[in-house]
Amino acid sequence: MPTGLKPVYISGNRPVHAPSPVVVDDVAGERAARLQLRGQIARLEAELANLFGEAFGHTEVPHRVTAVGAPRVLGLGELERVRDELADRVAEAREALVERSHVETSNRELLRDMLAAPERHKWLKVSRSDVGEPGCGTWHSRPWLGPIGMLMGWWRVKVSSGCPLAGRLAAVDHPAA
Amino acid sequence: MGGADSVRMGWDPPPRQGWVAPHIAAEFPGLGIAWVEVDGRPGKSPEPVRRRLRDLSDRTYGSQAIRMRERPIPWAYRVFYRQIGLDPDRIRTPVEQLALDRLHDGGFLSRGMPADALTIAIVETGVALRAFDADRLAGGLCIRDTAPGEALPGGQEIAAGTLTVADEETPIAILFGPSAETYRVDGGTRRIAVVATQVKGVPQIAVEEALWMAAATLESG
Repeated sequence: MPTGLKPVYISGNRPVHAPSPVVVDDVAGERAARLQLRGQIARLEAELANLFGEAFGHTEVPHRVTAVGAPRVLGLGELERVRDELADRVAEAREALVERSHVETSNRELLRDMLAAPERHKWLKVSRSDVGEPGCGTWHSRPWLGPIGMLMGWWRVKVSSGCPLAGRLAAVDHPAA
Repeated sequence: MGGADSVRMGWDPPPRQGWVAPHIAAEFPGLGIAWVEVDGRPGKSPEPVRRRLRDLSDRTYGSQAIRMRERPIPWAYRVFYRQIGLDPDRIRTPVEQLALDRLHDGGFLSRGMPADALTIAIVETGVALRAFDADRLAGGLCIRDTAPGEALPGGQEIAAGTLTVADEETPIAILFGPSAETYRVDGGTRRIAVVATQVKGVPQIAVEEALWMAAATLESG
């Protein structure tokens, strides 16, 4: 309903053949509510974007919100649905990050124990991603001198050299060359 | 786009500012459309443009693509997409789509003019640009919603209320969606309209820079 319509008063205070001032107020109120919801959507989108960036490489966070359809001015109900779904995604993303943080903390403690006493964590392998660090390296509890070390109980933690170099990967792609 | 700004940036003629239907503008303050028209025809990009694409590829990394949505301009478009009912993870914003293509293809591949000019300007500024055949446009451009029964020329009917880019006669493209085939840049195009869609949070200076950059690249070709 156009907001510009004004009530026509013939006598007294009763409008005739025109929307009542209350209706006009409702329209203005609805628009204000829509603007407010759009503001909330903007804040939630910013928060979700930050969480998505923070989580990348550590864990996956849910970030999809169902599209309404073709681009148009959404009604209050549709905006509320988008806002609520975004709020749910933000909450789920936070939860996923907290869970991941707990896992990484416990993995770091495990790694500390393994470095202190490799023989108590035989054959255990912890990767850098397990403890929330970038790169491809691993810590691997292995025996010195293979079977002899196993029999003698000589265990150590071997640190891998990290990500394979591009040249080595190319050699794998072309073994005959 | 303000005349004073245009003079400051040395535009001659200055970029044209389109209008937004008043009830849409009331819902989306900051929404705007501006365009420039340049002589040009589609074709292979010259070596300097292709070199610039390669330079741009070298400067764009995966981590930047991931964190792109945190930057103000790409974020502003994502927010606007959400507000008009689009899912920016399904229908990507122009700059995010290009970043994704860069990761997928290993670089910004040259797709000729005017696509390369738009790629350079969009990636550098984040502003959403698109191109139309300027000679086929009837008058100025605007952003408006469709009336019942309206359709893109040569296309199927569009649902009433769909936001579109329109000239003075008909919708020529869905906003952030497909364009009508008759208005696309093709072999017969001699003059290209580069159109920027501005949303709340995208500064005017970025829109001007994007238009200038795309137009200058097109003219260099």
